[in-house]
Amino acid sequence: MFESLTDRLDQALKKLTGRGKLNEADVDNGLREVRLALLEADVNYKVVKDFIASIRVRAVGAEVMESLNPGQQLVKIVDEELTGLLGERVPMTYGPLPPTVIVLAGLQGSGKTTTAGKLALFVRREGHRPLLVSTDVRRPAAMEQLEVLAKSINAPAFAPRGKDPIAIARESLAEARRVNADVVLVDTAGRLQVDQDLLDELKQITAAVPARHRLLVLDAMTGQQAVNITSAFQQTIPLTGAILTKLDGDARGGAALSLRAVTGCPIQFVGVGEKLTDLEVFYPDRMASRILGMGDVLTLIEKAQEHVDESQARTMEKKLRTGQLTLTDFMDQLKQVKKMGPLESIIGMLPGAGKIKNLAGAMPTDDQLNFSRCSN
Amino acid sequence: MPVEPESTLRQGFWKRFAKSLDAGRQAYVADMKEVFGRPAIDAGFWDDLEATLIAADAGARVTERVIDQLRNQAAGAHLRSPAQALGYLKADLLDEMRPRSRQLELDGTPAVLLVVGVNGSGKTTTIGKLADLLRREGRRPLLAAADTYRAAAIDQLKLWGQRAQVEVVAHQPGADPGAVAYDAVQAARARGANPVIIDTAGRLHTRSDLMEELRKVRRVLQRLDERAPHEVLAVLDAHVGQNSAQQVRVFQQAIGLTGLVVTKMDGSARAGVVLSIEAELSVPVKLVGIGEGLDDLNRFDPEQYLDALLRAEEGT
Repeated sequence: MFESLTDRLDQALKKLTGRGKLNEADVDNGLREVRLALLEADVNYKVVKDFIASIRVRAVGAEVMESLNPGQQLVKIVDEELTGLLGERVPMTYGPLPPTVIVLAGLQGSGKTTTAGKLALFVRREGHRPLLVSTDVRRPAAMEQLEVLAKSINAPAFAPRGKDPIAIARESLAEARRVNADVVLVDTAGRLQVDQDLLDELKQITAAVPARHRLLVLDAMTGQQAVNITSAFQQTIPLTGAILTKLDGDARGGAALSLRAVTGCPIQFVGVGEKLTDLEVFYPDRMASRILGMGDVLTLIEKAQEHVDESQARTMEKKLRTGQLTLTDFMDQLKQVKKMGPLESIIGMLPGAGKIKNLAGAMPTDDQLNFSRCSN
Repeated sequence: MPVEPESTLRQGFWKRFAKSLDAGRQAYVADMKEVFGRPAIDAGFWDDLEATLIAADAGARVTERVIDQLRNQAAGAHLRSPAQALGYLKADLLDEMRPRSRQLELDGTPAVLLVVGVNGSGKTTTIGKLADLLRREGRRPLLAAADTYRAAAIDQLKLWGQRAQVEVVAHQPGADPGAVAYDAVQAARARGANPVIIDTAGRLHTRSDLMEELRKVRRVLQRLDERAPHEVLAVLDAHVGQNSAQQVRVFQQAIGLTGLVVTKMDGSARAGVVLSIEAELSVPVKLVGIGEGLDDLNRFDPEQYLDALLRAEEGT
C-alpha cells in the first residue's frame, strides 16, 4: 500500500514508549522510518541525508517532556526542523516605481499560465491593475489560453503574434503604460532545465524587463529532480521565490523541502485547484504539519469561516443540544460542508485523518450529493 | 501518401533518448556510469547504487528490493566487478518488464483511445504526436477535443491536428465531453477514420467528481460500441515522483487503464517509478515521449529504456 508520510511516522514512532531521555538506539530506529517516509514523499535523497543528520544531532539525548512520550518528542523535533527548513512567510511586495514586473518560469506543464491568471486576480484584489503578458511562442495555443484567462477576469492581455519572446517582454512595459497597468505578469514558455538555449532565452527575457519577482512555478508532485530543476533555474535568473502548484492532490509535497534546501528562496504561494481563485498564501508551519499528518486545522477553520453562515451554525447547535435536529437540518448542514470543497480535501485537513482518506471508495461523489435533485 | 513500415519509423529515437539522458547528467547524485565503473563491489558501490536508483525516482522500497536481490546474486555467483553486476541488474529488471504486451489495440469500428491524466502531464501534445505516428503507419486517426474545460485546449488540439494532418472533432468550450466523444465516433464511422483518439481535461486523481465525469464519457462510448474504449491510456510526467503510482492506482480503479504514456523523458528525469507501477499495478507503459516535436513519441521498448536508464554501453 501507498502509505502517507503521516501513517509511516505514526507507526515508526509508536515503537518508542520509554521515558526520560531519547537514547541513540531509539532515535536511530525512529529516524530509519522517517528517512524512508521522506524518500517515499519524494524529498531529494541528499536533502533527506542532511535533514536526518541534523535531526539526529538534536534528538539524541534530548529530554522527553513531561507531557509527551518519546515518539511524540521525536515528532516534535522533526516538525520544528521541517518548519524551519520550509522557511518564512513572505508577502507580495510592489516596487515604488510602477510597474512591478513578475516573471513566471518553470517546466512544461507545471502550471505557469493558469498560475499567471491566478496571480493577476490576486494582485487585483490587493488593489493593483495587472497586465498579463505571454511570451510563450512555442506551445500551440498558449497565447490564446492566456487571453481567455485574462478575459475571464476582465484584465488586459498582451500576446502579440509573430514576435520573439524577448521583444514581447520589452514591449510589454509600453503596453502597461498604455493600458494603465501597474503590475506586469510575464508568462514564459515551459522549458526543461537541461535545455541551455531556452535557459539563455529566459535569462534575456528577464533582463529585458525590470523583474522584481522571478518566480519558479513547480509542480508539488515533482520527484527527485526537483533539486536539479530548481538549481538550474536559480543559476539562470536568480529566483526570488517559488509557487507550488497542484497541492490539492495527494502528493506528499517533498519537492517543497528539496526546493527550499537548494535555493533558500521562499515559497510564496500554493495552487490548490483549477479555478482562478484557487491560489493561497504559503504557510510553512501548516505545510510541515500537513506533511507530518498533524492535519491542517487552521486552513479548515479559514474555509469554514469563509463558507459557513455563523448564525445558521448557532441555530444548528441549539437544535443539536436539544435533540430537535430534523432531516432537513441535516441536509442544510451537508450543503454547508460541501461548499467548503471536495469532501476528501476537507477530511484530509483533520488531524489523524490520513487513514480515512485511503477509503476513496467510501466517499460519496458530488453526483451522489446532488442536493438539487431533492425536492423542497 | 507513402506509408513507412513500423520498424523503420522513429529510427533515431532511442539514440536521441539516450543522448538526452546524458545531457541531463548532474553532479548532485552519483551517475550510473560511474557506479558501475567502480573497481570493486564494496560498501561504496552499494551506497552509490542506492543513491542512483533513488535519484531516478525508483522509490525507496523498489530500490531496497532490487539491491537485496543483486546482493544475493553477487554473493552466489561470486561476482567481482560492478560491470558484471550490471548485467545481472538489467536482466532482473528486464525479466519483470518483458512479458507484458505493449501493443496498442487499434482494431475496431473505430477503435477508441481515451487519453486521461493529471493537469500538465502532456495529454494534448502526446495525442498530436500519436496521431502523426499512426498516420505514418497508414492509419487514419481522428481526434476528439473533449477537453472543453481548460482555456484554449480545443485550439491547441486543432493546431496539433493541422501539424499531424488529421481531422479534429470539436464543440464549443464548456460543452459536454461525452457529447464530443459521441460525435467523434459517429464522425469516424461516417468518414471511415480509425482510430478515434479522445483528449480529456486534466484532472487530479483526488477529484472524485471528475473521475465520475470520465466514467460518464465511458458509458457514452459503450452505448455506441460495448468494447469501447479499446484503450484507456494514462499520461504520466516523468518529472513526477512516487505520486505517479498513486495516480495510476486511482485512475485504474475509477475507469480501468490499458496502458501508460511517459512524457518529458528528454530532461534529467528517469521515471524509475514505472518499475514499481509495472510490478505492482500491472499496467504496461506503451508509449514514451521525449520532446515537443512531431516525431518525439515512440512505442515503449523496455530493453532500450533500461539501456538508457542504466546507461549500458553495449547494445545501443
